[in-house]
Parts: sequence; structure tokens; C-alpha cells
Amino acid sequence: MATTPKSSANTMERRDFIKKTGTAAGVIAAGFPGIISGQTVTNALKVGLVGCGGRGSGAAAQALNADPNTELTAVADIDEAIVERAATRLRGSERFGARVKIDHAFFGIDAYDKVINSGVDVLLLAAPPGFRPQHLTAAVNANKHVFAEKPCATDSPGVREVMAALKLAQAKNLALVSGFCWRYNNMVQEAIAQVHNGAIGRLVSHYSTYYTNPVKPMPPESERPAGMGDIEWQIRNWYNFTWLSGDSLVEQAVHNADKIMWIMKDQPPISVVAVGGRAVPANGGNIYDHFEANYLFPNGYRVFLANRQMTGTYNATHDYVMGTEGTLLLGSGRPRIETPDGQVKWQFEGEEYDMYQREHDVLFGSIRSGKPKNDDMNLATSTLLALMGRDAAYSGQQLTWEQSLNSEVSLLPQPLELNARHEAPGLPIPGRTKV
Amino acid sequence: MTLRLCVILAMVASAMAETVSFPQQGDKLNPKELAAVEAIRAHIVAQEKGTPRAPSEGYKVTIPNTTVGYGMAPIPAGEFVMGASGPGAKPDEGPPHTVKLDPFWMQTHEVTWDAYLMFMFADQAGERDRPLALVDALSRPTAPHLEMSFGRGNNGFPAISMTQHAANKFAQWLSARTGEYYRLPTEAEWEYACRAGAPNGVGPGGQDDHAWHAGNSTTAAFADGTYHPIGTKKPNAWGLYDMLGNVMEWTLDQYAPYTAERKENPWVRATDPYPHAVRGGSWNDEAARVTCTARVASEASWKRQDPQLPKSIWYMTDAQWLGFRLVRPATLPSAEDMYRAWNSGVEEDPY
Repeated sequence: MATTPKSSANTMERRDFIKKTGTAAGVIAAGFPGIISGQTVTNALKVGLVGCGGRGSGAAAQALNADPNTELTAVADIDEAIVERAATRLRGSERFGARVKIDHAFFGIDAYDKVINSGVDVLLLAAPPGFRPQHLTAAVNANKHVFAEKPCATDSPGVREVMAALKLAQAKNLALVSGFCWRYNNMVQEAIAQVHNGAIGRLVSHYSTYYTNPVKPMPPESERPAGMGDIEWQIRNWYNFTWLSGDSLVEQAVHNADKIMWIMKDQPPISVVAVGGRAVPANGGNIYDHFEANYLFPNGYRVFLANRQMTGTYNATHDYVMGTEGTLLLGSGRPRIETPDGQVKWQFEGEEYDMYQREHDVLFGSIRSGKPKNDDMNLATSTLLALMGRDAAYSGQQLTWEQSLNSEVSLLPQPLELNARHEAPGLPIPGRTKV
Repeated sequence: MTLRLCVILAMVASAMAETVSFPQQGDKLNPKELAAVEAIRAHIVAQEKGTPRAPSEGYKVTIPNTTVGYGMAPIPAGEFVMGASGPGAKPDEGPPHTVKLDPFWMQTHEVTWDAYLMFMFADQAGERDRPLALVDALSRPTAPHLEMSFGRGNNGFPAISMTQHAANKFAQWLSARTGEYYRLPTEAEWEYACRAGAPNGVGPGGQDDHAWHAGNSTTAAFADGTYHPIGTKKPNAWGLYDMLGNVMEWTLDQYAPYTAERKENPWVRATDPYPHAVRGGSWNDEAARVTCTARVASEASWKRQDPQLPKSIWYMTDAQWLGFRLVRPATLPSAEDMYRAWNSGVEEDPY
């Protein structure tokens, strides 16, 4: 029987509610093993959601649409009101509202762990990226299938933790699908297959743009509710803090970083030099509003990844993949390949499908068939490609892939508690900032 | 000269015509929103007293404290046969039926990114430095994650990818900024203005003189075609540019089957998020579908790339051929009528 977080919580303090539900969930978790891989699965799949914002709610909707026998049973976020809003909305769906059976709603920094241990089969991880390594590791340790949004970390130690979790998921044969959605887009799949099949000859260079408006601009400090702790205020405005979002290059332009790595068949670059900065006041946040990262890959292949988040400027998200025999263009209508003399050699034909839904169709289909999909290692490598570009800009240094992979600089505040004091560091200064 | 006289006479006669009817008049109005609408209406009334405008004349507007402007063309009151039948007409264009309309002004061009970006971003409109109480009370688009022109160009190009709700709210914002009442045209107003007294709105030079469509809109950067700067083709007989082609245009109406009876100032009030009626065809449509009578029904799939729940009420992520222009009725309606035009009440997608 579904109970709403609100009615469950009505008669108790928030803290007590978490404690009590946590205890009950612990009992359920003792009954694990859940879904066994290697054989088809026919029973209802219980889904848990960590991070109930718009993207998390969207992922839950896609999970419930992907498979008629899925149920959303547990949700987590830092705040009861956010959970309640998402639950109310999901329950209101004509298509899947009846399968929103939230027995457990958890609030707070450690709520993710309670969802993982509430008897779910599949975890949807959609909290801010800074939390992903911790959430993903806990989910895989508890033998859960996972959908993990991009990017997967905001610093190098986080990327390494995710790499270990991905390997463990493979060893355990758990399904793991990443939110690098373009890999699930038939239009771009066909375009990149053309490149891999030699349609543009030998690769020369790739110019990739993510020029957009600001995503979630920082509100003024005056809007901060009285008594709200630093960490909670930063989480509520997570996009504006590097430890939470990874900065614009890592949080948004990482989609292009993923296409760069996809074209390279996920083989890493040698090194990167980058510039970046902030032209519009940060309003208390500490992310840049523009970057340009120049990567060197083997065989002299050069990749230029540029992003900007400013209003009133030229905007475009394009990829120009240049080879000796042609150029692949992504982002100007249908993907197409032009020869050096401007003739259209290939163009995508057909219907583009919904890549966000496709991710979940693949995830749940693979669990059902007993052949869990877990080859999305690019969750870590594509994140690191963007991250090394960011760190090269922050530091003003040339960085190698190995330097970036092995960096020990951790951005996560300690202690990680909602009420803790944490003054966010100022904007990085190239030549002084260490990465 | 003769035409102008006719226009004036028609406008006088039209003062007798019925006002728009509201099938859902009993709907509850949000008191806070109604107060905002009433404040804007009072501003408009004060403005009109200061600068009365002859309804027969076109004019230019510059949005106060900006460099962005647009033209307004007078559209005379009149009666016409809406819809089409016979060869070339799709079933939804019939039955043809007589429609009588009050006079209004219509924007001579599609709304540009130059104007629309000021609505999206208060800093672009100078409203951070110079806050306006009337404008502060209005809802504004959330910042989009995607780049909404998709690299097709901003300055001087038509704005695209907005929802009908966003177009309604732009009309409200522009009304507050300028002190003139704007809203989307009804489907009948749009078709009447497109025809401009001719059967198809096209002069002797033919469609290519007036319209960017799939057959003529490719560029070096966009082999599949794209939108073009506003007003780079010839206007129709009433001075309206790009009614045919370039970008499709939102109307105020729910998309619904026509009925044969005569109508006065028809407005098909929306009771569902989809479909709304969209008109004029675009750079993405075959020439045969770029006509004054062709109708397009909006679809939820126009938001396919939006991965959130709820999906944004502001952006159509997959409609890179969809824009709008606004009308200004010659007679200022009641605050409730204004409220209804700016608040469809069905802006949220089903899921």
C-alpha cells in the first residue's frame, strides 16, 4: 500500500521520520538478494530514485514508461518539500501513476543510503554530480542495477572511485546505463558509425561548441532563508559550485566531451591546454562562464572544445569533425557529411527517436532478458576528458591524461552535513590554482 | 486612397460587432495574476489617453529604454470566407465558412530573437538596472539548458522553439513594457491577415516572392534549410512580411474541426495542452503546405528533447521552425478578456 511522504511524516518530526523509516527499510533489506542476473526476470522491478529534481523526476517517468512492471517504491532528496513535489507529480500521471508506490521517502544527505537499502532492484542516481561517486559505489556494493546521470564526478578522486564501481558492476553482472544520452540517439549513432567506417578519411581535427545561456544562475545572497546552512544553500544552487556541478565544461559541455571520446572509441588524449574565466559576476558561486580546451590525441589529432554560458552572445552547439576526405557536421539540422568541395556525401534519413526514453528501454530490457547492459565505461572517461580541460584552464598548466587521472585534489567539503559551515573557495586563478 | 477610406468605414462599422465569447467563462481566475493584469490594463488606459492612435494607421514601436523595435500594420474590420475546399486543400481546411472580424493591428514581422531574448533575460532588457513594478510581477521563462536558436542565428532572425504559453507571456510582458495591449492572433485573425484581401495572400510574382519554404531556404551552413532574417521577402498587400513561410506562427486557438456556420470574432478557447493551431508553414515545409489556409496541429513530440518532469512550459525543444507574431485589437478588451488571452490554463504537458 502506497503511503505519501506527507501523511507518513505528519505526526512526527522530520528527524524521527527518517530514523523510523530507516529502521523499517533495514528489515526489508535483510531479505535481499533481489534480482539474479543470467536469467530472464518477470517479477515487478522496484525502482528507487535519488535526487528528485526535474531530471530525477524525468528519469523516474522514463523508467516507469520503459517497463509495465516497474514500481517506484523509494525516493530521496535533501528536503521533504522537494520529495513531496516530485511524488505528487509522478502519482498524477495517467500512464504510470498507479505504479508510484512510494513506501519510503527519505530526506537529508544520507537519504541515498536508505533508499539503496529499502528493498529496491534498480537505482536512478540523479543528485548533483558531486555526490555521484559515493552514491554509485554504495549502489553497486549493494548489488543494485543503476541508471547514473552524467557527469559522474567533479574531481579526479571521484572519477577513480566511479571507475572502480563500474568495474565492480561488470564483475557482478549488474546493469549500469549512463546518462550520456547521445550514445542512445540513433541519429548520432549512425553519424559516428560513418566516421568509424572511414567516411571522412583519416581524422584531422574536431571543433566542438557548447555556447549556451546560463543554466541555473546564482540567486543573490539576500534570497537565502534565515538559518540555512552553507552546504544546504550550495546544494540548492548546486550548479554554481564546482564541488557539486564540476563547472559548466564538466556539467553541460560534457555531452560534447562524450562525443569526442566516442569518435575516438574511448581512447584517451595525450594532453590538454585550456583557457577559461568568468566575465559576468559570479554572485557568490565559483564556476567559470567560458572555457576553451585544446586536446592533443595520438597521431596529431587535435580537438577544440569550447563552451560559454552568457546571455546576449552568439549561441550554438555544434560539432565539426574534420577528416582528410570530408567533414561530419552535428548540430545544424540533420547530421551530414560534406566532402572538401562542399558536396553532401551522407545525411541522416529517418525518424529520430527519444534518446532519454531509449536509455531506460535498454536498461530495463537488459535486466529483463538476464543480460544486463554494463559497458558504459565512458561514464568515467568522458567525465575525465571534460574535467582535465577544466583543470587545465583553472591551473593554466598543460595537463596529461595521467596527471589528471591521478590528481589527489578533492573538492568535497568535510564534514558533508547540511548545516555545516563551508565557505566556497573563490574563482580559480590560472598560474596560482593547483589541480 | 480608396482602400484606406474603406478601412476607416469598416472600422467604424465594426464597433457594433460582438466581442469574443468565452465557452469557459466560469473558470476561476487567479487573484494575484488578475491583479497583475489589471495593473497592466490601467497602464494601457493611461497611455492611450495620452497618445490616441487612429486605428487605420500603421506605426512603429521601440520598446522603451531599448534599441529594439517593430512595426504595426492596420488590419481593417471585415468579413471573409475562412478555410478552403477542393483540389490542394486538406480535409481540415474545410468546410469554408464566413467569418466577421473586428479591426486590429498586427506586427508587420515575426517576433525576433532581439526582442524575445529580452523577455527571456531581464538583464538583456535593462530591467536589472531599471526595475519596473509592472514587469516584476510577471512570470518569465526559466533559463534553458539547450541553446534555443540551435545555431541558426539571433540578431534579426525570428525567435523559435517557444511554447504557446511562452508566446502568451511574451505578449503580456510586451504589453507591460509598451503600454499597448498585445496577444496572439486567433486562427481566424491570422488567416484573414495572411490573405490580405486576396485569395492566397500572394502577389503576381508568386509564392517565392513572399515565402521561405523547403524549396528555397538552404544556406551554406544549413544544407537542410533554415530560417532567414525577417522581412527579406516581399510583404503581402497589407504590409505583413513572412506570413507565409520562414517560421510557423502560433495562434491563440485550440486546433479543432471547422463548422459551416457563420462566426463573429471566433476564438476556440483551449481546454487541452494539445493541439493548438499553428499557421503559415515554415522553411521546413514543402511549398504546397505554405499557404494561408494550411493548418498544423501542435504535438507533444515537439518537446521530445526535454528530459525533465515536468517538461518545461516555456520551450519546444524540437520545433526549430516555430515562432509567432502578435496582434493589438483596436478596442481594448476587459481585464478578464486580457487575462484569458495571456493565461491558457493548459500549459502543462500531459504525462
